[in-house]
Amino acid sequence: MVETAKLIQGNQAIAEGAIYAGARFFAGYPITPSSEVAEECSRRMPRVGGVYMQMEDEIASMGAIVGASLAGVKSFTATSGPGFSLMQENLGFAVMAEVPCVVVNVQRSGPSTGLATKPAQSDIMQVRWGRHGDQIVIALSPSSVKECFDLTVQAFNLSEKFRVPVILAADEIVAHMRENFTPPAPGELQVIDRKKPTVPPEQYKPFEPESDGIAPLAAYGSEYVFHVTSSMHGPEGVSNNNPANATWKVSQLHKKLELYRDEIVLTKTFDVEDMDILLVAFGAVTRAARAAAVEARKTGIKAGVLQLVTVWPFPDRELAQLAGRVKTVVVPEMNYSGQVAGEVRRVLGPDPDIKQVNKFNGQIITPQDILKAII
Amino acid sequence: MSHATGLKYLKKDSLPLMWCSGCGNGIVLAALLRAFEELGYGNHNTVVVTGIGCWGKADDYITTNALHTTHGRALAFATGIKAVNPKLNVVVLMGDGDGVTIGGNHFIHAARRNIDLTAIVVNNCNYGMTGGQFSATTPADSFTSTTAYGNPERELDICALAGVAGANYVARGTVYHGRALQNHIKEALNKKGFSLVEVVSPCPTHFGRNNKMKSAVNMLRWLKEKGVTREEYERMTGPEKNGYFVIGKLADRNAPDFNTRYEEIRARALGQ
Ligand SMILES: Cc1ncc(C[n+]2csc(CCOP(=O)(O)OP(=O)(O)O)c2C)c(N)n1
Ligand code: SF4
Repeated sequence: MVETAKLIQGNQAIAEGAIYAGARFFAGYPITPSSEVAEECSRRMPRVGGVYMQMEDEIASMGAIVGASLAGVKSFTATSGPGFSLMQENLGFAVMAEVPCVVVNVQRSGPSTGLATKPAQSDIMQVRWGRHGDQIVIALSPSSVKECFDLTVQAFNLSEKFRVPVILAADEIVAHMRENFTPPAPGELQVIDRKKPTVPPEQYKPFEPESDGIAPLAAYGSEYVFHVTSSMHGPEGVSNNNPANATWKVSQLHKKLELYRDEIVLTKTFDVEDMDILLVAFGAVTRAARAAAVEARKTGIKAGVLQLVTVWPFPDRELAQLAGRVKTVVVPEMNYSGQVAGEVRRVLGPDPDIKQVNKFNGQIITPQDILKAII
Repeated sequence: MSHATGLKYLKKDSLPLMWCSGCGNGIVLAALLRAFEELGYGNHNTVVVTGIGCWGKADDYITTNALHTTHGRALAFATGIKAVNPKLNVVVLMGDGDGVTIGGNHFIHAARRNIDLTAIVVNNCNYGMTGGQFSATTPADSFTSTTAYGNPERELDICALAGVAGANYVARGTVYHGRALQNHIKEALNKKGFSLVEVVSPCPTHFGRNNKMKSAVNMLRWLKEKGVTREEYERMTGPEKNGYFVIGKLADRNAPDFNTRYEEIRARALGQ
């Protein structure tokens, strides 16, 4: 069957992307603006041999997807602000126990129940630092319906490959936007499955990295019998509070992502070859930034755009390399404090002129908002 | 009666057990492992899921697959495992704090969904691991490290909760009544759908010490005296019942479990 272009919504594309990537378990708790992901999964999962579960809360949703993933099934959940806050403890579990899974956070306006359910990009630091304990995750941020699909597939791939939870940090705008989209044919996009152990079962250690830095993951119910805990553990998965072991384990969680940093960090650039001004954007605001750059060029100001497709780990090298060519960097984002602008400052230091464009009233950042900062 | 020892499921290299002397957890563990043996459970097709607490450390001593989760959330993790692999035996070990205080919501909904898990809640009437603070099952007026003048709150009946929420099997045992306990565990493991065994158990270190039952012997005497059959309990009149609790099987039914129901929904979805 040849797929034809359909007008579909970002949230639907996320659900379809997950199924394309091989996800067969969704557990969630409804919350606007993410609920369409759950609704789509409730219809689609039973038809593709998967399971949709509506849990009693987001704490349970996060726990359930970790359990299902350890039973060998690619799993995900979708939520927004308040629900994402509830997920943090068990999300940290997934980091520590190295359980692949995908968490979609369709960002909405806060603080707290805030301006429900208007768009925002104010969870960027929570995505990175929301859990107790020093740890690292991967986060991707889509700017279109097509990216909602593609980056969901990518999120599963990175999660499976590196045994780490991946957060799709979407926002209400992309999630509810409808665009023409042709789903890729099977095989068109790469789909990665987690590495399975090959050693004899009695030799299997679920947290012992192989030469590539990643430990293979068996599934409950296979011939491999294994123990998983988020308490400090050694390679065999058994509690181990020895300081040397803790040093090894916490480092390992970071190092496996540092090692593959270039594969994880994805960016896109637009009109950067001759630019004088660099706009750094992510998520839906990328669209306004691109439109603003086009408008600016009409007035003779050469603006280019760097889209942070991967938000975490932060694309520091890509940013530094491009920013070296300009005097002014503009960071438009839908939050008060400039969560990404702060990172940009951290990377570029005090020299360049870094302008922030912040909106935090549930209103979208427009090209005009950005142009005002440029012209 | 078989002579199963359950020892083959005991991780010998993790011994000695971390539990205090006189703690009931070892007795529950032994009953569970013997039940595994009698039912012929394999290490590979069994997953023991635990929460956080003294009883929640039990996974350290068991040779099957294990998942040691966060405090109160073991049932949620276990639900995900069972939902995608109905063939696995999934056994969830929780304390009273873990299972029905912080985890009360998951407990209600796991029972309501009737997901095919066996929950073994060791009720020692307090938070053992963190130093004996009160939990939702600490009896009213009892003393704990956070109820110095007596507990102002009433205790929760774990079995009644599981029963009204829809569990297919509910039983209460004690570590004093060992043989009955092992039978309940076996029946619970065998039952399709959500099954619960509450085990009233001594924590001499905290609950006992704080409530004039410092020695394990005193605590066992307490279990022996206060755990009565339903008939005995019903013969007592109002105030006489105070401090007594019913032991034995409290619910046994065969409502379809979550996975069976989901299969039906799948068939419907595919038929459309
Ligand atoms: C979210 C969270 N809150 C609090 C704790 C601290 N904590 C650890 S175990 C425990 C209570 C244990 O009591 P119970 O579940 O009854 O098990 P027991 O130790 O008595 O076997 C508490 C409060 C924790 N680990 N996580
Ligand atoms: S503190 Fe209480 S529950 Fe914990 S091991 Fe000691 S006796 Fe057992």
